Amino acid sequence: MPLGYISRRLFHLVLILFGVSILVFLMLRMIPGDPAQLLLGEYANPEELARLRTQLGLDKSYLTQYWIYLKNTLQGDFGNSVRTGAPVVDEIGVRLVATIELSMAAMLIATLFGIAAGVVSAVKQYSILDYASMFLALVGVSMPIFWLGLMLIYLLAVKFPILPMMGRLSMGLETTPLTGLVMIDSLIAGQFGAFWDGLRHLLLPAFTLATIPMAIVARITRSSMLEVLNRDYVRTARAKGLGEAVVILRHALRNAFLPVVTVLGLNLGLLLGGAVLTETIFSWPGLGRYVVDSLMGRDYAAVQGCILIFAVLMVLINLAVDMIYVLLDPRIRVQE
Amino acid sequence: MKKWCVVLFVIVFIWPLLAFSSDNPVTGGTLIWGRGGDSVNLDLAQATDGESIKAGIQVLENLVIFGKDSMDVEPQLAESWTVSDDGMTWTFKLRKGVRFHDGTPFNAKAVYDSFARIIDKSHPFHGYGKWVYLSLSLGQVSEIKVIDDYTIALLTQKPYAPLLNNLALWLCPILSPKAMAEHKDQIGLHPVGTGPFKFVKWVKDDQIILERNADYWGEKAKVDKIILKSIPEPSARLMALQSGTVDIADDLDPDSITLVKKDAKLAVIDRPSVNVGYLALNTEKPVLKDVRVRRAISHAIDKETIIKTIFQGLAIAAKNPFAPSIWGYNDAIEPYEFNPEKAKELLKAAGFDQNEELELWAMPVSRAYMPEPVKTAELIQAYLASVGIKAKIVRLDWGTYLKKTANGEHDMCMLGWLGGNADPDNFLYGLLSADTAKTPGAANVALWKSAEFTELCLKAQRTFDKDERIKYYLKAQEIFHDEAPWVPIAHSTIVRCYNKRLHDVPLRPNGLNSFQMVWKEQ
Repeated sequence: MPLGYISRRLFHLVLILFGVSILVFLMLRMIPGDPAQLLLGEYANPEELARLRTQLGLDKSYLTQYWIYLKNTLQGDFGNSVRTGAPVVDEIGVRLVATIELSMAAMLIATLFGIAAGVVSAVKQYSILDYASMFLALVGVSMPIFWLGLMLIYLLAVKFPILPMMGRLSMGLETTPLTGLVMIDSLIAGQFGAFWDGLRHLLLPAFTLATIPMAIVARITRSSMLEVLNRDYVRTARAKGLGEAVVILRHALRNAFLPVVTVLGLNLGLLLGGAVLTETIFSWPGLGRYVVDSLMGRDYAAVQGCILIFAVLMVLINLAVDMIYVLLDPRIRVQE
Repeated sequence: MKKWCVVLFVIVFIWPLLAFSSDNPVTGGTLIWGRGGDSVNLDLAQATDGESIKAGIQVLENLVIFGKDSMDVEPQLAESWTVSDDGMTWTFKLRKGVRFHDGTPFNAKAVYDSFARIIDKSHPFHGYGKWVYLSLSLGQVSEIKVIDDYTIALLTQKPYAPLLNNLALWLCPILSPKAMAEHKDQIGLHPVGTGPFKFVKWVKDDQIILERNADYWGEKAKVDKIILKSIPEPSARLMALQSGTVDIADDLDPDSITLVKKDAKLAVIDRPSVNVGYLALNTEKPVLKDVRVRRAISHAIDKETIIKTIFQGLAIAAKNPFAPSIWGYNDAIEPYEFNPEKAKELLKAAGFDQNEELELWAMPVSRAYMPEPVKTAELIQAYLASVGIKAKIVRLDWGTYLKKTANGEHDMCMLGWLGGNADPDNFLYGLLSADTAKTPGAANVALWKSAEFTELCLKAQRTFDKDERIKYYLKAQEIFHDEAPWVPIAHSTIVRCYNKRLHDVPLRPNGLNSFQMVWKEQ
């Protein structure tokens, strides 16, 4: 992988972040609602409002406010949350890892089951298996996450209490924080009880979050596989006497993988930023809920920080997807 | 043999009964408290949200506090207090032998630092916080004097009787000076007080863990630990209560409360709150200036139906600006009965123009005092239409709504108030006096300026004789009723749903309680 290409992409990242910062800054201030007024609510009196606005720096011009924001951000200081007064960096950090853990688990489920269903459907086209998995995929795409989540809780946590209904770990249990990811921290510390407990907690929300991407991946894999299965090189592979499994997994699937990778990348980005509903239903302390709460309270610093983080993640994921293309398909070359 | 039978009988039948009798408090166990959202700031002098207060009052204490189930003020960290003859110096004798959770002693210096940081700009801790709602806390205090280690005096510029109730509010907590110096502007993440529970850990958006303060000065807490767990989705919160995952579930909707009532394992207690939801009529607008039109509107609205349909019965109809659980409530007042015919007559007498369209502003957020503002507005719109008043519903975002109503830009607007300090002054002077009717930033959004009413409120502020204050407030409520600047709609009922394995669960009319005495069957 050419290093020049990567560093150029990373330079683009800087430009994108600069643009995003201006856009978010302006958009936040264009939507009606004053943070000071929202913080004090119906109990605000004019002197207190004025005092709070000065304290929060809201009485300065937009240009000055942006300049201060830019200067601080470049020094790694995202400012303090209007609502809690705590540094936004700290507030985002713990929630971001919770969201990453959930989205990664969901992606894993979506990828494994989605690809498996897609491959089986394509290989056994027009069979009962094909119809069944494509029907499930259709249901998966169209099922409201909210309803599915609540039903899963009702069935598997209340009616037949097999799995826990909320949170990342049982109350009172904790892991030594190292990465912040329960699954990894517990393994490193050798706390297998906590690992098992965390895994059980992860299962329902991850499955709920995975339904839509899983369904999309299954459909894309199927159509992409169908296209590839008719190609000459697959026939050649069969003709030279390779086993069916090898033909499908090594020759067909690898070539069918490109569109799937694109979809996976896009979905990962969406999951990281948009797990709000799942996080709400399962009381998962993630970033999605934090962004929504911050936006409702017009917590400028918090929203600006979160969006910048999302932008970085999106750009990095896209870069990763592009690199995976090159690895998967030797025909793709980076133009120097 | 007989003796053995008796012993056996006792062991097998009587002893378990005694041991598990629900009347005998047991200590130990963890209380899990499910609620709708996370706390924001546990330094309560900076807290503006209910979730912070709920958690913070388990850890922090005040000089004085409201009773366990009432809104009468009782001693807490102050043992007694006196007010000087001129009514401008309050002297508090402090409790001795109390220690903060960090082991430092509680004394007059701690009270000084906790209060001076709020009002004194030159105090070293002043810059560490946003001191909100000053008018509800120490805004009237001009000086704080340490008399000796266990005596402190608060000086005001004019006699101000509601100060005692203000001191009982969450806004005036006493924190450890050492902790305030150490944690600076992050003290809200590490509260150190004298309360029955110690703060242990906070996982943002997830849980707050508190544990019993074994060195507490008063009766020690019964449960070992409290875990306040954020469960934002109301249905999930209900299921968590039903499945026994949590012991208490806050803020359930009326349908869920009905389900809880039917569940033999669960209990519900309720109590009228100290809030009020109202429709303010802008008395500066030409049409609404006429008191006959305002009375007509009061007659046109059927509060009982609103309570039955919108509040699902969990409220009582309001006739005064504050709730009957607060002293000084004038129960002799005859409310405007629902009578469309009378309303029409009044409108006719006032020469009301039926082509006139009035704006009815509906709140964009739901509150306990107004659970479904838009539906309520639609009902009111229909009631007004039936007597010949055309009303157009106006919807804005919350921030803009508050700003514009405080500017007097509306004809009629819905709002409400939770009178945390349970002093009539908070409602009458705060929301209805001529002093608070000045735009921009009017709290009196009816912009109603009655000199007589305001004078009564001011007199009551300067008097320390409760009976005399009650006399002024009774009269003030008569004037309010007569002039009808608001249609007071409802005082909602506050509800607590919990698992029956919990006992001695308290509920104050403002919903904020220490859980010190709550115990859990093991």
